[in-house]
Amino acid sequence: MSLKGKRILIAKPGLDGHDVGAKVIALALRDAGAEVIYTGLRKSAEYIAKVAVDEDVDVVGLSMLSGSHMELVNETMRCLKEYDAGDIKIFVGGTIPEKDREALLNAGACGVYTSEMPLEDVLSDIERQLQ
Amino acid sequence: MSDSAPQNRTPPIPEPRTASGIEIPELVTPDMLQHPDPGRPGRPPYTRGIFPNGYRGRLWTFRQYSGFGTAENTNERYRFLLESGQTGLSVALDLPTQCGYDPIDPMARSEVGKVGVSLSNLAEAEILFDGIDLGGISTSFTINGTAAIIYAMYCAVADKQGVPREKLTGTIQNDILKEYVARGTWIFPVRPSLRLISDTILFSNRETPRFNPISIAGAHVRDAGATAVEELGYTLANGLAYVEELIRRGGDATRFANRLSFFFYVHMDFFEEICKFRAARRLWASLLEERFDITDPKAQRLRFGVVCGGSSLTAAQPYNNIVRVGLEAMSATLGGAQSVFTCAYDEAFQIPTEFSAEIALRTQQILAYESGISKTVDPLGGSYYVEWLTDRMEEETRRVIEEIDDYGGVVKAIEDGYLQARIAERAHERKQKVDRGDTVIVGQNYFRRDDQTDDFGEVFKVDPQASERVQEKYQRLLAERDPARVERTLKALEKAAGQDDENLLPYLIDCCHAYATVGEMVATLKSQWGEFQEPIRL
Repeated sequence: MSLKGKRILIAKPGLDGHDVGAKVIALALRDAGAEVIYTGLRKSAEYIAKVAVDEDVDVVGLSMLSGSHMELVNETMRCLKEYDAGDIKIFVGGTIPEKDREALLNAGACGVYTSEMPLEDVLSDIERQLQ
Repeated sequence: MSDSAPQNRTPPIPEPRTASGIEIPELVTPDMLQHPDPGRPGRPPYTRGIFPNGYRGRLWTFRQYSGFGTAENTNERYRFLLESGQTGLSVALDLPTQCGYDPIDPMARSEVGKVGVSLSNLAEAEILFDGIDLGGISTSFTINGTAAIIYAMYCAVADKQGVPREKLTGTIQNDILKEYVARGTWIFPVRPSLRLISDTILFSNRETPRFNPISIAGAHVRDAGATAVEELGYTLANGLAYVEELIRRGGDATRFANRLSFFFYVHMDFFEEICKFRAARRLWASLLEERFDITDPKAQRLRFGVVCGGSSLTAAQPYNNIVRVGLEAMSATLGGAQSVFTCAYDEAFQIPTEFSAEIALRTQQILAYESGISKTVDPLGGSYYVEWLTDRMEEETRRVIEEIDDYGGVVKAIEDGYLQARIAERAHERKQKVDRGDTVIVGQNYFRRDDQTDDFGEVFKVDPQASERVQEKYQRLLAERDPARVERTLKALEKAAGQDDENLLPYLIDCCHAYATVGEMVATLKSQWGEFQEPIRL
C-alpha cells in the first residue's frame, strides 16, 4: 500500500485533549509514504480549513473523542467551502458511536474510523478514497 | 478481512513477559528475591501498605466519576449515587470548564456539558452541591488547567454553606505536568503553571489541611500508550518536580509531602499491576529520603486512587468489560489502593447509563463485602512471584526516572516535546501489536462472532437542551451580579499574578464570591502569563 505523494492534514478540532489516536494515525500514514501535517490540540474549524488550503492537502483527518463530532465536522466542512475548497475530503476518527457513523457519512465524511479497526484497513480505505 | 487476520486463528500461548516487557521466570524461588521479607505494613518503605491494619480499619473509597450536562442534571445523579451507597463524589467537568472557556465562547459552544458538567461560576457550583453537606462528604475533581479556580470555587461554596474550610475533604487532580504529556487540558506555559499549583498546595495545607491539593496522575499517560513501568516512572518524576518546586517556594516539606496523593491506571496484567503499586510505595518513600531528606514516616506514605477501565475496555462485545473491570479492581485492592473508580462497561464510549453505572459500583461492593480481599493486610505479601516482580518493577522504574534526569528533568522533556513523542511511539507500537495479533483482546482481535455488533444496549443521552440552558443561566448571571465587584476582584487578581511571591488563592476565592467566571479568571491570568505553545513533534 502506498500513499506516496499524498498530503494529509491530521487535525484536533474542539477542546478534546486526547491526541493518541491522531498521532498514531499520523505515524502510520507517514510510514505509508504520505506527507503528514499535524495541527496540535484545540484548533478551530476556521484554522483547520485555512491550514488545509495553505498546505494544499488532499484530505483532512479530524480526530474527536468528546462527542462533539457532528457539530465539528459540519463546521469544518462549512469553513472549507468558504475557502472554496469543498473538494478537500474529510475523514473522521475517534470515539464515534455506531449510530453516528451513518450520519457522518451522509454529512459528507469519506470515512469514519474507530480505534479498534486495524490500521491496515484504515490506511487502505483512505488510499481508496484518494484514488 | 483476510484468513490470516487474528480473529480467524486461535491465539498462541501467552509469551512469558509482563505487559511492560519484563521477562517472567518459569518458577520463582526464594533465592531470587532481593527483599525476601517485605517488612511490615504501616512502616516505611510501605511495600505492604500504608496502614498497619490494611482495610480492616477503613475500606477503600468507592469513587465513581460522574458529571454531565447542567449542574441540576449532575446534582440529581450525585444524589442517586449517594443513595446507592457511594462513599465519595468525583466530579467530571466539561471541556470548556477544564480549558478555561465560558459556555458562550465560540471555542466552547459545541462542548458544553458533553464530557462532564459545566461549572463556569459559583452560582453553578451552589446548584451542583445543593443538598449535599460539604462537611460530610469527600469530593474529588478531575481538574488541572483550572484546578486552582475550581478549588477556590469549592472553598467559596463551603463558605456559603457555612461549612468551616478546615472540615473540607477531597482531592483536586491539579497535576499539570501530565496534561502537557497526555491529557491536553493545559492553558498556561509550564513555569507559571507550576507556580499556580504550588500556590494551591501551600494555601490548602494551611486552610484546608484535610484536603488533597494534588493527585499526581499516571493514569492518563498510561492510557495514552505508556507501559506500567513508564506510567510509574513518569508519575514519580513529576512528583519529584513538584516537591522540588515546593521546596524552592519555601514550603514545609514534611507538611506538604503529607498531602500529596497519586492516581494510577489499572490495566489487565493482574500481577504486574499489583506489583506496580507495591513498588510505587517503596520507591516513593526511598526517593523522598534520597533526594530531599524527607524521613517523616507519614510524609513518606504514597496514598493513591485508581481508575479501572479506560483503554482496556472494548466496544467489541462490550459486556466483557464488566469482567475486565472486576479483575482490575481486584488488582487495585490487592495492591492497597485508597480509592477506586470502576468504569462502567460503556464508559470509554459514552456517559454511562444508570444501569451500567450501578453495575460498576456493585463490582466494588462485591469485592469489599463478599470476596474477603479486605480481611487481612496485603494478602499476597510473601508470594515469591509477587515479591520478585515488585523488585523488578522498582528496578525498571528507577531506570525510567534516571533517563528523565539525564535528559534534564521533566520540565525540559515536556517543553521539548520529548515525552509526548515517546508516548505516541509507544501507542503506535501497542496498536501494531494488537493488529498483528501479538496482543490478544478477547472479542476484538480474537474470538469474534460473525454476528457481533458494537451495541451497548441502552444509550445515555445528555439532555439536548443542556447547552442552551447553561448559556441562558450564564447570560442571566452576567445581568444579575455586581459588575463593580467583579471588576475589582479581577483587577486585584491581575496585579497579584504579576508578582511571583504572592499566593493567588485568596484572590481567586474573592473572584468566585463576586461571581466572576472561570473564563474571566483564566483570561486575566493569560494576560499576565501567556499560553503554552505546544511542541509538535511526530
